Amino acid sequence: MLSNSKRSLVLSVVVGILAVMPVLASAGEWQYNMTEGVTSISKDVYDLHMLIFYICCVIGILVFGVMFVSMFLHRKSRGAVASQFHESLTLELLWTAVPAIILIAMAFPATSTLKDMYDSDDPEIDILVTGHQWKWRYDYQGTEVSFFSNLSTPSAQIDNEQEKGQHYLLEVDEPLVIPTNTKVRFLVTAADVIHSWWVPDLAVKRDAIPGYTNAAWTYVEKEGVYRGQCAELCGKDHGFMPIEVHVVSKAKYAEWLAGKAAQAAEVKAASSKTFSFDELYSGGETLYATNCAACHGGNGEGGVGPAIKGSKIATGGITDHLDMVINGSPNNPMMAAYGEQLDPVSLAKIITFQRNAFGNNMGDSVQPLDIVTYKQGQ
Amino acid sequence: MAHGPAKGFTRWLFTTNHKDIGSMYLWFSFTMFFLGGIFALVIRAELFEPGLQIVKPEFFNQMTTMHGLIMVFGAVMPAFVGLANWMIPMMIGAPDMALPRMNNWSFWILPFAFALLTSTFFMAGGAPNFGWTFYAPLSTTYAPDTVTFFIFGVHIIGISSIMGAINIIATILNMRAPGMTLMKMPLFVWTWLITAYLLIAVMPVLAGVVTMMLMDIHFGTSFFDAAGGGDPVLFQHIFWFFGHPEVYIMILPAFGIVSAIIPTFARKPLFGYSSMVYATASIAFLSFIVWAHHMFTVGMPLVAEAAFMYATMLIAIPTGVKVFNWVTTMWKGSMTFETPMLFSIAFVILFTIGGFSGLMLAIAPADFQYHDTYFVVAHFHYVLVPGAIFSITAAVYYWLPKWCGNMYDEALGKTHFWLAFAGLNITFFPMHFSGLAGMPRRIPDYNPLWADWNMISSVGAFLFGAAQLLFLVIVIKTIMGGRKATARVWEGSHGLEWTVPSPAPYHTFTTPPEIK
Repeated sequence: MLSNSKRSLVLSVVVGILAVMPVLASAGEWQYNMTEGVTSISKDVYDLHMLIFYICCVIGILVFGVMFVSMFLHRKSRGAVASQFHESLTLELLWTAVPAIILIAMAFPATSTLKDMYDSDDPEIDILVTGHQWKWRYDYQGTEVSFFSNLSTPSAQIDNEQEKGQHYLLEVDEPLVIPTNTKVRFLVTAADVIHSWWVPDLAVKRDAIPGYTNAAWTYVEKEGVYRGQCAELCGKDHGFMPIEVHVVSKAKYAEWLAGKAAQAAEVKAASSKTFSFDELYSGGETLYATNCAACHGGNGEGGVGPAIKGSKIATGGITDHLDMVINGSPNNPMMAAYGEQLDPVSLAKIITFQRNAFGNNMGDSVQPLDIVTYKQGQ
Repeated sequence: MAHGPAKGFTRWLFTTNHKDIGSMYLWFSFTMFFLGGIFALVIRAELFEPGLQIVKPEFFNQMTTMHGLIMVFGAVMPAFVGLANWMIPMMIGAPDMALPRMNNWSFWILPFAFALLTSTFFMAGGAPNFGWTFYAPLSTTYAPDTVTFFIFGVHIIGISSIMGAINIIATILNMRAPGMTLMKMPLFVWTWLITAYLLIAVMPVLAGVVTMMLMDIHFGTSFFDAAGGGDPVLFQHIFWFFGHPEVYIMILPAFGIVSAIIPTFARKPLFGYSSMVYATASIAFLSFIVWAHHMFTVGMPLVAEAAFMYATMLIAIPTGVKVFNWVTTMWKGSMTFETPMLFSIAFVILFTIGGFSGLMLAIAPADFQYHDTYFVVAHFHYVLVPGAIFSITAAVYYWLPKWCGNMYDEALGKTHFWLAFAGLNITFFPMHFSGLAGMPRRIPDYNPLWADWNMISSVGAFLFGAAQLLFLVIVIKTIMGGRKATARVWEGSHGLEWTVPSPAPYHTFTTPPEIK
């Protein structure tokens, strides 16, 4: 006969198992393991992960097995009488030596994968990856192509006003594009604090550290979209700076790169163009949302940063406003020097917008040429 | 001349009695445990489902940072010092700690340190928000102004720890009863002796690194500022040179506690006493040469990366020896399963699981996928919660009858155990899965891919929190009354602390006992 307390224990275990049954049934759809990824390195890493996991399982079954047998057999309630043995040199040596041998055996494949990961020599393409609070910048070395990659998930989804999409928080406005069957090297650095560039499917994770340029590489055979996130706490919006890598055929890549280069040339040319107030203002509205709103608020009401609405700078002299946006704040490093980050057209649009939006109504505007002249004058 | 405690509040303010100071440490730790726990529940509530619901990202970062700082420096470390104060003199047959006035001071500066630290919540800029590891330059150039309060708080905590450690070493080396040779000391005394040396070695390193931050922030130096020729990675090397031994500071005394409890309830001497001592010393030594395994992704050269990987894998050997010894102690014993034993067995099983994930993390190439994900969060909570928290809980149940003279309610104790055990596993086991599936740590919002695991974790966290409220009730209830405890308390207990009456008199071993 089971005692009362034991019966209730058995009952609660049964109820517990029944309760998790539906969860287990749907477990097939849940991702619970590391991705195998799409590169030879990521597959090696996955194999290492599974190997060490299985080793742990075997050791665990042995150790816990002995423990459970002991807890079942050697209990006082079964009349067990305690032995008094308390040492054995043979046992101590045995359970020192056996794990040591397992570990040495494990060190070989681990070292060989590590070597491969570090072999970033002779790349066909070099991309400079720069972490900024809170976006990534990609510079294709040897070309004019350079752009920022911002989170594109609408804030309405984050604030639960809209249904969340499949790639919620893992989608960007401008993805990184690389070709298949090409050794691509990432030169990873940061402009402000430490970030970490991580794409699980490529098994690439490299810290982006100001003052350092870390190298990582990949070679992808399969076309596709691979997503990742910043993996090092970098401040307020650390959770909101994803990475999206599009791997396309070499032909498509060449086409994309040419398009991007043409765009860059266009932007350069546009710096000498004169824009109407409306063009500047409406363009500025979108740029404000991606570049400024995180700190200064969607309606210029302020947040981590000061309010734009009625601010001294946005409603004061144009030169001070240019200085603040182009060179950043001397007192607060959070206000970065946007002169390095954005092209003159975008800067002109943003400043014009800030001076006239949120009831600032200054009525003036800034042309790209003003930006160029200001920067040259410094 | 035997005399009792002074009356009123000044008893606690001016006390130099190791038992009074031990109790104050333990209550302080318990308070901080609940404060840090509340922060954890804010985190889990926000992560219950995707989207931002309860807190803003900037406050979320303050929660993760303060949860870590409070739990490490406010809950776990003071609890172990409290246990050391209570038990070490009684275990070695000493009348008190060697340096009783310093003992008073090392406790009483702690509340001020934490007042300084938590007062930042009410200041402009908010509390520290750069993670408990406070990597520069996020914690220097980009930190809120309140970082200075954090720095001075850490200084005071460090002074407190160093004084506590000096006291413990002085006590153990000088005040053992005649005949109590080093290799006759209870393992709790041994593990604390080694822990105290670790503290003296690394707390000054922590003080150094926060002082360098202070200089960077206020005096224009550039230790960690790349723009001034400084090096952000240097910060991490110094921090983890402190940080890794710190991890063992939080676990070695736990090894000592469990090595006292398991033999008691297995009614069988500890298996492999001397190998336990050597294993503890080996772990302490290894803790100084593995720090960079926290930094596998910073871009160290291949040779350094491999060397730190091998050194880290080595830790599995002495740790394994300990686990095997505990299991063999249980083998052919005559076991009963009172609450302290339940917590100790759970410690062995769950700490071993944490050890397994630690071994996985040691494999550097795989660590590139694990690093800074929830897999790491799962790993260190599996070593710290069952490791430090469960062992402290076990110690409280084990020695509380000796402290207050009353037995706790066994049924309530077991209920507490099972709730905490379930809560812990429901909270932290799913984090292995969300981490492997790619969820980074320290994010306030996430893709719905990880929603199910997070929801389970959050439910478990509230269960675990509730279980600790029950613990508080049990402790208070036991202090207020209950069945009277005998001097021996447990059938299988051995050691000097069980030769004095329960509750232990205000002064014990004023004449040293004779050890055969």
